[in-house]
Amino acid sequence: MTDPIHQFNIIKLATLGEVAGYEIAFTNSALYMVITVAAITTLLVGATSRRALVPGRLQSVAEISYEFVANMLRSTAGTEGMKFFSLVFSLFLFILFANVIGLIPFTFTVTSHIVITASLASLVFCTVLVYGFRKHGLRFFKLFVPSGIPLYILPLVVFIEMMSFVSRPISHSVRLFANMLAGHITLEVFAGFIPMLGGFGVLGWLGATIPLALVVALTALEVLVAFLQAYVFAILTCIYLNDAINPGH
Amino acid sequence: MDPIAAKFIGAGIACIGMGGAGAGVGTIFGHYLAAALRNPSAAQSQFGNLIFGFAVTEALGIFSLLIALLLLFAL
Repeated sequence: MTDPIHQFNIIKLATLGEVAGYEIAFTNSALYMVITVAAITTLLVGATSRRALVPGRLQSVAEISYEFVANMLRSTAGTEGMKFFSLVFSLFLFILFANVIGLIPFTFTVTSHIVITASLASLVFCTVLVYGFRKHGLRFFKLFVPSGIPLYILPLVVFIEMMSFVSRPISHSVRLFANMLAGHITLEVFAGFIPMLGGFGVLGWLGATIPLALVVALTALEVLVAFLQAYVFAILTCIYLNDAINPGH
Repeated sequence: MDPIAAKFIGAGIACIGMGGAGAGVGTIFGHYLAAALRNPSAAQSQFGNLIFGFAVTEALGIFSLLIALLLLFAL
């Protein structure tokens, strides 16, 4: 049976140079990130190059995705949150395309590596901190003090609020990474059962149809998960940005 | 006990915590569905809250998975 972790190997494609003793290389992860960005650019540029009052198929895809993210941002962070639209829209499309491209057999899933998701999550976290402190100054700390809490329980609540704030980038990044990792390992393990059972002759071929059907069903589930995780990442970004815009509860 | 064996057992025990997250996520989606069937017109406006509750609940299960992954691959 093949090793289910093997698909996550990072392969060096070309060495670019060396910085402080560390090798800087163009890897398959970087290649798939480039492919992801190229796919998004092609879609959006292609959709908006021939603008029409009655949108064609491609233009409606772009318009629907714009409306989808804009509604999500407006309903969670208000109209003031719309200045972060480009950030949320880029994050949503990048994660969605990376997840979906990773589902094609023999490709590499960019988001199944914690280093990528942690970078994206810390980008959001730093944006919230920088914007919150720049806009509200020290009043940003009101985020940790909910109003209407009795004084004797307030220290505990403030402590819990601070812990939940600090653990945000961890849960934000690990959620996406763990979902992608677990999904792809599950697919690989069930796919590994097919040749294993197929080795037992005609009866094995009949048995192998069960994991084959399961793999098809699981792939459909993974498409759903790929979309859902991109959506969850984007809506959590909106909610965190809302905290930076309106820190008082 | 062999420390490597203890590591694997610990990782397995840490994954039990994900069961709690499973129960929590099930409760959230179940209650959303129950409420949506009572008042379908209000369901769409609460979808964002549903996903937020799902994400926050799932975070706790992810922490136990994180401990398991740390035990298996990092420590």
